[in-house]
Amino acid sequence: MEGGRIFVKGNEAVAMGAIDAGLKGYFGYPITPQNEIPEYMSKHLPKAGGAFVQAESEVAAVNMVLGAAASGARAMTSSSSPGISLMQESISYMAGSEIPCVIVNMMRGGPGLGDINTAQGDYFQSTRGGGHGDYRTPCLAPSTCQEAYDMTREAFEWAFKYRTPTLVVGDGILGQMKEPLVRRVPCPPGPDEGSDWRLGGPPALPGRPRRALRSLYLNEGELAQVNLRLRDKYRAMQAEARADQFLTEDAELVVVAFGSIGRIVKSAIRKLRARGHKIGLFRPITLFPFPDLALRDLAYGGRRFLTIEHNLGQMVDDVRLAVRGLADSDFYGALSGTIPTPDEFEAAMEQAITGGSR
Amino acid sequence: MSRTVIDEGRCKGCLLCTTVCPVDIIRQSSRMNPQGYKVVEVIPELSDKCTGCTACAQMCPDLAIVVWRSCKEKEGS
Amino acid sequence: MSETIAFERTPSVADVPTHYCPGCQHGVAHRLAAEYLDGQGLAEKTLLVTSVGCSVLLYNYLNFDAVEAPHGRAPAVATGLKRTNPDKVVFTYQGDGDLASIGMAEIMHAANRGERITVLFVNNTVYGMTGGQTAPTTMVGQKTTTSPAGRCASTEGMPLRMAEIMAALPGVAFSARVALDSVKHLAKARKAIRHAFEAQLKDGGLGFVEILATCPTNWKMTSVQANERISKELIPYFPLGVFKDLKTPGAC
Repeated sequence: MEGGRIFVKGNEAVAMGAIDAGLKGYFGYPITPQNEIPEYMSKHLPKAGGAFVQAESEVAAVNMVLGAAASGARAMTSSSSPGISLMQESISYMAGSEIPCVIVNMMRGGPGLGDINTAQGDYFQSTRGGGHGDYRTPCLAPSTCQEAYDMTREAFEWAFKYRTPTLVVGDGILGQMKEPLVRRVPCPPGPDEGSDWRLGGPPALPGRPRRALRSLYLNEGELAQVNLRLRDKYRAMQAEARADQFLTEDAELVVVAFGSIGRIVKSAIRKLRARGHKIGLFRPITLFPFPDLALRDLAYGGRRFLTIEHNLGQMVDDVRLAVRGLADSDFYGALSGTIPTPDEFEAAMEQAITGGSR
Repeated sequence: MSRTVIDEGRCKGCLLCTTVCPVDIIRQSSRMNPQGYKVVEVIPELSDKCTGCTACAQMCPDLAIVVWRSCKEKEGS
Repeated sequence: MSETIAFERTPSVADVPTHYCPGCQHGVAHRLAAEYLDGQGLAEKTLLVTSVGCSVLLYNYLNFDAVEAPHGRAPAVATGLKRTNPDKVVFTYQGDGDLASIGMAEIMHAANRGERITVLFVNNTVYGMTGGQTAPTTMVGQKTTTSPAGRCASTEGMPLRMAEIMAALPGVAFSARVALDSVKHLAKARKAIRHAFEAQLKDGGLGFVEILATCPTNWKMTSVQANERISKELIPYFPLGVFKDLKTPGAC
């Protein structure tokens, strides 16, 4: 219902966003804390003309996505950290074969089986090409239910514009929290999307050379050409890197945080602002491509930085790289198994402002 | 009389065709092709025995054999 | 005296030499599939899922649109393809490592779900591409590079009989085992391949053909000896025949 507000979990918002973007195939496997996604898909996707399969494993699920996407269909899967680890081989294949799709990760505690609480421990996996080989995947980080819906839709645009698997990275808080959502007008793709590369696209022109989507390049020099083309593609993506900035213009301390942690940081900033501290929030929306130029701009003004994440230090590396030579970044890591509160972040920020580091 | 044409450039000398010819007219030749395989040949003096059964071509993994089958001439056709 | 072509290359087989060893029967297996699809006019609608093994370059040898699957995952890739493109003819082509080892979960579940795909399973009792290691289908006593004393049943189990296992699953509409070692067996192989594709075309369920084939290089035999091994050693353990042939379309 366009314009009407509904009250849903972040997981449901992801599923709705995908369906409104013209999803044709969802293939997934149950794992806490994202099960509302396959459950919603099983009920609503067939009605919307798409295929739903609960696969036998995350390995199978992501490879079903590969197959569906090879024909140009908008396809996706979702999982949480351990399941996303299982998917890495196939994501690498899709990056190398330039097959577009969307993969949603609602992060939970790790490593290993970890716990089922919220976490942000998959930042490296998400931004460095989590599987083998020299590739990256665009990665969007929503922090609200509305962003979960909007960014899942947007992920398909990234995927098909750049012919790449695209990640949407949320966490347990986002997946499970209920918030108002406004669904927008559905915009499925036109019939020609992917017609220059997809398999069997209608109509298969008689006599058109057959197409093979593959990532194996054994002949001398071939794989190098592929990797150079991928590199250029990732460089081109940099122009679309973006972040949300809150009160950074006059900030003396800029907190860098993403996803749900960004929201909690915002609450802490408001409290500290009320006490006169000049603090702002830089919240990357695209974890890859990382909005390093916008961040570096803030570093020119003599500002200090504090990176806050729900892990023990991942995005802080990218922050330090972005501001190198101009500034450094302090770090505060929320521990596993907790839902961080604004209070603990306030303490970290006060410490950073007064010059202590952690 | 039918005939079997062997593409010596594609033959890998595996000899599977020689195991199925019902009239035993294919054999390993003494010739090597550019890939270094010793190719097969239809025994020249027996080539008219070919029945066009296509057994050799069916067994060949490399599509190195084409088989022609002759039709008897009919008057007025 | 006029003559007609009795046998020539069917259009969906590319006119290129293959990298396969002399006497390897992959070339026969993929040709039979192409001959069926061309004969039925289905080439334009066919989507091929290739796998990892000696046949990894199959997309260079067959003129169908194709997608390369990670090792073992072809049935899952085919599931995604067919579920979103039900009007296409989707088939996988896999070896014994790809299907019966790393890919066992994927084939079992695609078969159990009754996916409307066709699976061509080439069983040559060894891992060819990687240099001759043990396969799940390696025979007891067969020496390979990872079973140098010969496969031992008590530590490595018995060879898996996939055609029978497939037949036991309700979602499989057709399951057969064939060989390529004689003209008579080739005729039966053609028939089995036809039925395996018809399982898909008639909305019956998964169509499965296990194809016993030679690997002269890793069996350390001549091609002719390897071909004889099919009937002497393989067929007694891997019997030929049709293990399932459902006449009614799939449920649900």
